[in-house]
Amino acid sequence: MAELRNESRFADPDAAYNALVDAHRGLDQQESAVLNARLVLLLANHIGDIEVLAQAIAAARQAGSRSGDGR
Amino acid sequence: MTTGRDNARFTFGYRRCADQDAGQAVRHPVIVVGAGPVGLATAIDLGRRGVPVVLLDDADRIGEGSRGICYSKRCLEILDALGVGQAVAEMGVRWQVGRVYFGDREVYAFDLLPEPGHKMPAFVNLQQYYLEKLLVDRAEALGNIDLRWRNQVVGLERAADGATIDIETPDGPYQLVADWLIAADGARSAIRRLMGLDFIGETFRDQFLITDIRMAAELPAERRFWFEPPFHSGQSTLLHKQPDNVWRVDFQIGWDADPEAETKPDAVRARLDRMLKGQAYEIEWVSVYTFQCRRLERFVHDRVVFVGDAAHQVSPFGARGGNSGIEDAHNLGWKLAMVLNGTAPAVLIESYGSERQQAADDNIRHSTRSTDFLVPKSEGARHLRNAVLDLADAHDFARRMVNSGRLHSASAYASRLSAADSDDFAGAVRPGAPVLDAPLRDRAGQPLWLLDLLPDGFSLIHAGEEDRPDPPDGVTLITIGEELRDPGGHFTRRYDATPGACWLIRPDHYVAGCWRGFDRGVVEKALRRATGEGDG
Repeated sequence: MAELRNESRFADPDAAYNALVDAHRGLDQQESAVLNARLVLLLANHIGDIEVLAQAIAAARQAGSRSGDGR
Repeated sequence: MTTGRDNARFTFGYRRCADQDAGQAVRHPVIVVGAGPVGLATAIDLGRRGVPVVLLDDADRIGEGSRGICYSKRCLEILDALGVGQAVAEMGVRWQVGRVYFGDREVYAFDLLPEPGHKMPAFVNLQQYYLEKLLVDRAEALGNIDLRWRNQVVGLERAADGATIDIETPDGPYQLVADWLIAADGARSAIRRLMGLDFIGETFRDQFLITDIRMAAELPAERRFWFEPPFHSGQSTLLHKQPDNVWRVDFQIGWDADPEAETKPDAVRARLDRMLKGQAYEIEWVSVYTFQCRRLERFVHDRVVFVGDAAHQVSPFGARGGNSGIEDAHNLGWKLAMVLNGTAPAVLIESYGSERQQAADDNIRHSTRSTDFLVPKSEGARHLRNAVLDLADAHDFARRMVNSGRLHSASAYASRLSAADSDDFAGAVRPGAPVLDAPLRDRAGQPLWLLDLLPDGFSLIHAGEEDRPDPPDGVTLITIGEELRDPGGHFTRRYDATPGACWLIRPDHYVAGCWRGFDRGVVEKALRRATGEGDG
């Protein structure tokens, strides 16, 4: 079974993060949500593994609760 | 909530029957309650197997609104076995192309591409009242189905060996006793209510306005589905063609819409005018529906058996209601006939429950997914749905996620009736799965369909002429070799046939077992297993 990889995989993590942030430049909340939804679908399909997807979903949800801000 | 300009298409008379004057409750082997498509199909399947049936219906008419319209290939094959499939296929509108629009753009078109080599088309659309009329005629022609209109079941008392029912008629009440009572009385089943049974599942908080219109439009016979079209204020719409220039339109109108106001002719016209832009039409029928995806926990309660909408309900997108109900009937018919004529133990009926509950779960799962796509339950879900539609143009993976109703196909069962899946077969024809049709030719070169050759009982299909098997008593041997040839190779491919391979086929055209070679002991054991006698 494939595992969600969480060690850093980008040669330049700051560049990857900034590419995502830049994609939201000038977008309002609604437009950002639309963009994120498309990105999630494109990336999920690229991964193409339902097990990894499930692990990513669980990790994303868990991270939110750990932050304690109720989201 | 339903208005019918046209009202009933076919009206049947109430007739007083001898049982009402008997002075005591007359006993019958089978009473089916509800003469909709599923009750009629159940009665016909029993009747053609020699089991007399009393079929009760609380109304005396059919055809107020076209209701269910879409019949799958598998359903047509069953209707063919019941004697009306050919007529339904000929009367119905054949379609195979579906188009999906988002806003004002077409984002996706699919072709069901019915592969060649099947007697029945992939899908046809036909008003439910035409199907019901064909079934009523067929039931009456059988001679052993006693169809009693305006006989309403109002009371029920169960016993270990049957059930007593109280019936209201225009002449007053009477009672009957059934060895087996089949509840085919629909989504608002009286039998279910009288037994106090609850559904498990969910109701969706949305409403659809459904209307049939008559118009002479030069539109192709395609299923067209719009997400958030400009003509309908951001909600979904479905357009489907039926015979007689009748078109089905479904408008999603939301949970808060007032059904009373929405079904007023002016309100309906306003919506249709925006959609059809000047095209002339007449409104035939209007109704508002909500939908549920839910089922009874168990379909078999001793001698009371639930079929069709009385047992399970799904959203209409995907044509799963009527089609799965007809499959229920076909699953139950042979089992009940064998139990009644003493050739199988009563426990065989339990397998109806376990097999059709699995099928209902498949349908509910598909239907719930479609509904969640059509009616997103949260802002996040709506963003994802719209993202799929936005990406569908350019990205194949997103097209595969567009879900405006996954169209019904028959379920395979994990069943105690199936032999072990011991030998290696490629493809879909496996123990617990429905058989597939194939075009064959007889020795004279005349074309035949494999499904037409299957008998009312069990059969053994055998590939090749060598070592012709000697099947158990009562099992019809169908040898595909020289007498019956497979020149197109469809049978060989679909069944992954090799010389000597054989398939034990149930009376409902499901595979009981398949083997690379014939072993009489193994086939006998599989036959006992498939008829509920021990688990072989």
